Amino acid sequence: MKGDAVTGTTNPLRRVGALADGLRDWWEHAKTWQRYLVYLAAIGLSLVLPAPWIGSFMSPGADWTTVLIYPIGTYILLAVGLNVVVGQAGLLDLGFVAFFAIGGYSVAYYGTHYGWNYWATVAFGIILAAVSGVILGAPTLRLRGDYLAIVTLGFGEIVRITANNTDEIGGARGIANIPHPPPVFGTKFLLDPAPYYYLIVAAIVLVIIFSVRLQKSRVGRAWAAIREDEDAAELMGVPTFKFKLLAFAIGAMIGGLAGGIYAGKAVFIEPNTFPFILSATILAAVVLGGSGNLPGVILGAFVIGWLPERFREVEWLKEALGRDPAEYRILLFGGVLVLMMALRPEGLLPSRRRKAELHEGTGGMGTLGAEVPGPDTDVATSEAAK
Amino acid sequence: MSDFLDQFLPSTVGGLVFGSIYALVALGYTMVYGVLRLINFAHSEIFMIGTFASLVVVTAVAPDVPLTGIALVGVLLLMMLVSGAVSGGAAVLLELVAYRPLRRKGATRLTALISAIGASLFLQELFALVVIPAITGNPGRNQQSIPRVAARDVLFQIGNADVRLDQVIVVVAAVIMMVALDRVVNRTRIGRGIRATAQDPEAAVLMGVSIDNIVRTTFLLGGAMAGIAGALYLMEFENTVFNIGFVLGIKAFTAAVLGGIGNLRGALLGGVALGLIENWGAIFLGSEWKDVIAFTVLVVVLMFRPTGILGESLQKARA
Repeated sequence: MKGDAVTGTTNPLRRVGALADGLRDWWEHAKTWQRYLVYLAAIGLSLVLPAPWIGSFMSPGADWTTVLIYPIGTYILLAVGLNVVVGQAGLLDLGFVAFFAIGGYSVAYYGTHYGWNYWATVAFGIILAAVSGVILGAPTLRLRGDYLAIVTLGFGEIVRITANNTDEIGGARGIANIPHPPPVFGTKFLLDPAPYYYLIVAAIVLVIIFSVRLQKSRVGRAWAAIREDEDAAELMGVPTFKFKLLAFAIGAMIGGLAGGIYAGKAVFIEPNTFPFILSATILAAVVLGGSGNLPGVILGAFVIGWLPERFREVEWLKEALGRDPAEYRILLFGGVLVLMMALRPEGLLPSRRRKAELHEGTGGMGTLGAEVPGPDTDVATSEAAK
Repeated sequence: MSDFLDQFLPSTVGGLVFGSIYALVALGYTMVYGVLRLINFAHSEIFMIGTFASLVVVTAVAPDVPLTGIALVGVLLLMMLVSGAVSGGAAVLLELVAYRPLRRKGATRLTALISAIGASLFLQELFALVVIPAITGNPGRNQQSIPRVAARDVLFQIGNADVRLDQVIVVVAAVIMMVALDRVVNRTRIGRGIRATAQDPEAAVLMGVSIDNIVRTTFLLGGAMAGIAGALYLMEFENTVFNIGFVLGIKAFTAAVLGGIGNLRGALLGGVALGLIENWGAIFLGSEWKDVIAFTVLVVVLMFRPTGILGESLQKARA
């Protein structure tokens, strides 16, 4: 924060940060009833959010409630899951979409082939995703940083190509006619998007509570220790491998849940529903918002899900560009990622601890380097990347 | 099994061709990694840019028939020269925009990796939306084809495998470029600077090596190799697309890891090995599983021998 004051407030990103800092100070000292008031306000907001008068401003070109489910809600759910892996445990995962796919395919396959109950397929998808998280993590979590990133990227592609080449799960044609969720409290899940919206809000709330409880527990502290300095954590008696595996499995479960909900709404999935770019998008959301800080991550996912939809139907923009502005989405993500890393690598609303780590320079994320674990890894050369 | 024996030699030839291209692209990963300890994720887009630079050359020169003799050599050299220059320039620009500001700020490697992913997406989309429609007139997401440059003459046979002219060109050109690069790194003054920086950047700075120059040269050389790989790829497979770098980049990276990242000769070995493994594996599983085979190789290598085949010499021979 001292650094912010010195380098001046000319950088608008820093001003956002200063505002966030002020808010967070208030939050830390807020009384219990004040906090509950904020929770209530947030829940109230999420209940009225699909209202048409909001939608006419937020999404003039498409059905607002549908936009709230996908991309916005799904992105938030995925980002909260990826935040456990990247933000809390500091493991860079570029194949997160694989777990989303596994959840989606479980619901699609067991729902259409065996006629299982929707909730059972979702639960099964979550378990399957967790198991594959462990299967991927067990051999690869010895790797660090960039190597882990590439291996997870490879895993994401393996899952997609396998789905594409396996006729049993529809091959490139995908799976159609996925059953909708059965009625809950008399609410039917059919064509009306509203019930799905509330379903996804419920899932997000559950996952947030779960994630916050984890972060404050012993597990969360172990993750933070691993993220800051894995070797030191190991020396201090943290079984790092076990906790990294746990982070991977929990992230995977949340990804699987998101996939299950998505499949129940979308009715049709195919391998290309789960491209690498989705992994990159969710990572961009986490990093943009402020890796490790839940409100930041949610903000990041909302912005990244919403903005392309908002500008899809803006006529003057369409004319100026000569095509649908949403096509520039990925171009913008790319540019924003590069800019963010240069200007504010900690994201819009960084977690305090994470920000301190990044400002330290050598410490913090230093363990995320790509050292080949071996007897001859020396510190001087490994710091050359700076 | 007889299937396997029948297809073994043709697959080997095909694997060597693919492997040479992987190896050329892998050089860029391995050099940048050697100097900066950074996986230059956007290197695959440098390769993509190289294929399109060659596409422009082929379209401009417009050979209406497959070429032979002097004309073929001339066109190929022009393709490689232009692609190498364009890709080398693009790599230098990439370093300037995406990595140098981070290096100045002492950012961590995670930051650099995310910046690299961003640059990679940006370049792909820039080509899909702006550059490719401008140079070809076709929609940017379509596959772009070129007419045949090198005649597909069978030069000689090994067992039941035909070895064609174009395949020989790819392998020979790749080997020449790799030997040349090896010479540059091991014999010249700038090469000594690169090796010194790779071994101990702080000591190198103290000895008067300009890190900025070294990093720029590293990106330039690696990018040029990727550009030449792009030219060869386009000549051999006659098509390209805006996201061609994605899978090829991962495979080239796999090749670099397989050979021992940071090691130039390892890149050659890794590239050829990966090309062969992939093609032999495809005989059993079918070619649609090729990418899965490559990714599995990556996971297995990283699990059991993260320093790669030539890993022992990582410190000594680090380029």
